[in-house]
Amino acid sequence: MRGRVLPGLLLLPACAVTLVAFLLPMGWLARLSLGRTSGGVLLDVATPDNYVRFFTDSFYLGVLWRSVWVASSVAVLAVLAAYPIALFLFRSRSRWRGLLAVLTIAPLLVSSVVRTFGWMIILGDQGWINGALRLAGLVTAPVHLMNNVTGVLIGLTEIMMPTTTLALLAGFSRLDLTQEEAARTLGASPWRCFCRITLPLTAPGIAVAGLVTFVLSISSFITPSLLGGGRVPMLASTIYEEALETLDWPLAAAISLILIALFGAALLGYERLARRWA
Amino acid sequence: MSAGFRALVAALFCFLLAPLFVVLLTSFSNDSFLAFPPHAWGLGGYRALWANEAFRNGFGVSVTLACLVTAISLGAGTAAAYAIARSRFPGRDALLALFTAPLLLPGIILGLGLLLVFARLGLLATWPGLAIGHCLVTLPYVVRVVLTALRGIDATLEEAAAVLGATPWRVFRRVTLPLMLPGMTAAAALSFLASFDEVVITLFLVGPRLTTLPIEVWHAIQYRADPQISALSVALIAFTALLVVVVERSLGVLRAVGR
Repeated sequence: MRGRVLPGLLLLPACAVTLVAFLLPMGWLARLSLGRTSGGVLLDVATPDNYVRFFTDSFYLGVLWRSVWVASSVAVLAVLAAYPIALFLFRSRSRWRGLLAVLTIAPLLVSSVVRTFGWMIILGDQGWINGALRLAGLVTAPVHLMNNVTGVLIGLTEIMMPTTTLALLAGFSRLDLTQEEAARTLGASPWRCFCRITLPLTAPGIAVAGLVTFVLSISSFITPSLLGGGRVPMLASTIYEEALETLDWPLAAAISLILIALFGAALLGYERLARRWA
Repeated sequence: MSAGFRALVAALFCFLLAPLFVVLLTSFSNDSFLAFPPHAWGLGGYRALWANEAFRNGFGVSVTLACLVTAISLGAGTAAAYAIARSRFPGRDALLALFTAPLLLPGIILGLGLLLVFARLGLLATWPGLAIGHCLVTLPYVVRVVLTALRGIDATLEEAAAVLGATPWRVFRRVTLPLMLPGMTAAAALSFLASFDEVVITLFLVGPRLTTLPIEVWHAIQYRADPQISALSVALIAFTALLVVVVERSLGVLRAVGR
């Protein structure tokens, strides 16, 4: 394609959408994070107040700390849960392999609101687990599995599993089944073979999958809100509440920028890892 | 693979699919509240769903919005992908990175940014506001998928057509467009589904006057666990699955025709 006019015209609509829906909002977000409201009116000032408030208020520091450790725990749990599935799908020669691969990815096509709703039915005080425990006579009062961190960890781990599995599989390229066979033939026990051959060869996949899961978990909103029942405030749900309930937009903007900074740090780490193992 | 490992994998699959299984099962419950053990079975959930006006309106809004958004982002995204794939200009890679950047950011931040700007422009709880907000998510998918399709096309085919005297428009119409059509179909399906399922960004943009189906569901499940929601979930899953199968089939047909 030659000339300058035609490419320009072709790019124009996409540029317009990106400008109105992305660049303008993100710029305004950054500007507003330095602003202040007084009686519902935005004042035209530039102060670091919102950031100072976030990093000095124990509530917001608690939110930050909780988000980091919940996301780290979910990353570890999801990798632990997805690793055997990924290994199975990678190795299997069974005729069920195709079906199982579809079943692994299928949850991605289902809205996470629906999947979280499923967990609410399972984990609630009147839910399936508590109902079964009560029927079995094991408990008299319900075990609280929801509206607390436990519920968020269980639900978020399951929500992340398909993505984690895909990330693991993408990193398994260096795993060579013949090397495992060689180790076994030479007399290594299955456990020794796993520790000395399989685990080191899949380490890049584990690192990348853990990082991806962490990044997605720390910014997740739907599952922590529904399964936390408002009692497990994390960064995303705090942004939502400051924006739509407290109506403190400058503070919501500042928390958003802090989350973006966390994101940037994680992405830099990802790039480092990718380059190291490339 | 040992039996122990197989059992472990089976257990993990059960964990992964548990919520979907539970939703499917409870959609056939006739209880007014989903508790364990279930008491009555039947199609009460589906009947209540059919009669629920809020859900019906939400479904109408969601389908209309998804069609609108798909049309806009397919037009804008395909044009941009074509310009990026077939012409050279400074800052081309940067522009591509910019178009796909929204996918890297969490929805909660994109939603807040849109809220701040749209509140000033008076676009909250309006069709244009919702459409632009959804395009933010669907445009990156379209640009990426169509660009991949364009890069997969053998350039010599276009050159041959041009050498044989076809005008640039004719080359595009008769060679490039048919070859990129499968990519465009996939992009359209992806963008429809992304818009239809969008929750987080939409939460910032809707109002009592204009609400999408996923937002109605979001509000409904905050307060009660009733079989109606399970029935709705199953209906939504069936809708998505149908769309995926239709696209998969038609892509197969398109490929067969292309050959």
